[in-house]
Amino acid sequence: MDRKDIIRKSLIGVAGLVVMTVAGISFYQHRHYKEEVVISDQVQVKKLADYFPELSGSVNDCNIYMVEGSEPGATIMVLAGSHPEEPAGRLAGWILVEQAKMQKGRLIVVLSTNRSGTTVTRPSGAYPQLYTIPTAWGGQKFRMGDRWTNPLDQWPDPEVYIHYPSRQNLAYMDIRNLNRAWPGRANGTLTERTTFAFMNLIKQEKVDVVIDLHEAELQYPVINTIVTHEKGQDLATMASMTLTDFEGFSIGTEFSPVNLHGLSHREIGDNSDAISLLLEAPEPFLDATRGITGEKQLLEGKDAFVVKAGKHGLLYAPIDENGWPIATRVGRHTSTVLQILQSWNEFHPEKEIVCEGVPKYKELIEKGVGAFLIDPKTVDKGKVIFE
Amino acid sequence: MNAILTEIISILYYALIAFLVVLIIYNMIKTKDWKKEIVYVIILIPFLLRLFMLK
Repeated sequence: MDRKDIIRKSLIGVAGLVVMTVAGISFYQHRHYKEEVVISDQVQVKKLADYFPELSGSVNDCNIYMVEGSEPGATIMVLAGSHPEEPAGRLAGWILVEQAKMQKGRLIVVLSTNRSGTTVTRPSGAYPQLYTIPTAWGGQKFRMGDRWTNPLDQWPDPEVYIHYPSRQNLAYMDIRNLNRAWPGRANGTLTERTTFAFMNLIKQEKVDVVIDLHEAELQYPVINTIVTHEKGQDLATMASMTLTDFEGFSIGTEFSPVNLHGLSHREIGDNSDAISLLLEAPEPFLDATRGITGEKQLLEGKDAFVVKAGKHGLLYAPIDENGWPIATRVGRHTSTVLQILQSWNEFHPEKEIVCEGVPKYKELIEKGVGAFLIDPKTVDKGKVIFE
Repeated sequence: MNAILTEIISILYYALIAFLVVLIIYNMIKTKDWKKEIVYVIILIPFLLRLFMLK
């Protein structure tokens, strides 16, 4: 190797190192970006490891926000971020934590149910790493995530994922899908240990209803609906009928398939006393036929290609040129959660839960999501929690 | 037991990546073709990102 070769190889090597460094810094900043949550005096913050100490120090030892009313009542738990590429659930959760004023009962909210999944975007998916919700005080940034646990935290995947304990065979990558890993196990993968910890929480805190917030592509048949375990059929159906009649949007009810394992609406109901429900809102960003996969598409929910797919009858939810803006999707979730609480009270007047201050569908569409996020700079540092 | 096995498999996976990184760098140094050198560097980037636990 002569001097010329050494110089050429060095230059090519350095160019590669520069590209790797730029990309690496970007990935590192995304993985470690701190999202701010403002809590009120009513909110107590616990950690998931409080219910399964073996999870302590791991990326999935997420915050558990407990909003406790002055009077006793039911305990409702909202899981957001089971699939962190579905931001309406996390944003609805943020609004619940920052705005909910509990009169009776207790609301438990998790914003990063699969925290590891919030630290990565889909490889080769060209997802935006962060997105900004406009606010009167300039905007608040959030991490965009992926459907699965970050491969940096759990890897490699097997050829076939065998669900525990059912032994049902599932797609290989779903071993990192938190909503295929319920009820989990103490000595399993990180994803399984996470759901195991949540099952401990649900049992120890005597949770009455678990609501898992999701979004779906419009080409997926389970959309604009409440998926319910058989224990929650009355509750879900009552909520669905009331919302469709009075809230200005249509939402259906689907029953959780008995033989489809690993999902929250099946396993939480089967393995605890809690009623398990899962909400699906539409997210055109996830559709395979989408156009540019950017922040604008994510937040505005507009996509000419998805609209065209709709004209060819390929979708299970309607879409037009107005799309599915983030406020509409978040509003569907907040209204549905509030209606489930209301319907619970009708069935269980002896164990009511009363929550005030959370905006509903129409208010969110009118004012936008940002109107209900609190500026962290205006509160004491002790009231700002990082996700 | 399951968790220990998973941990061992993960360690083996990272050892495999480190081995491949060494092989790619070795090939990059050995080749006389500048186009292959560029290809080796491009291939190397995702391996290094994973090895350094960045992506």
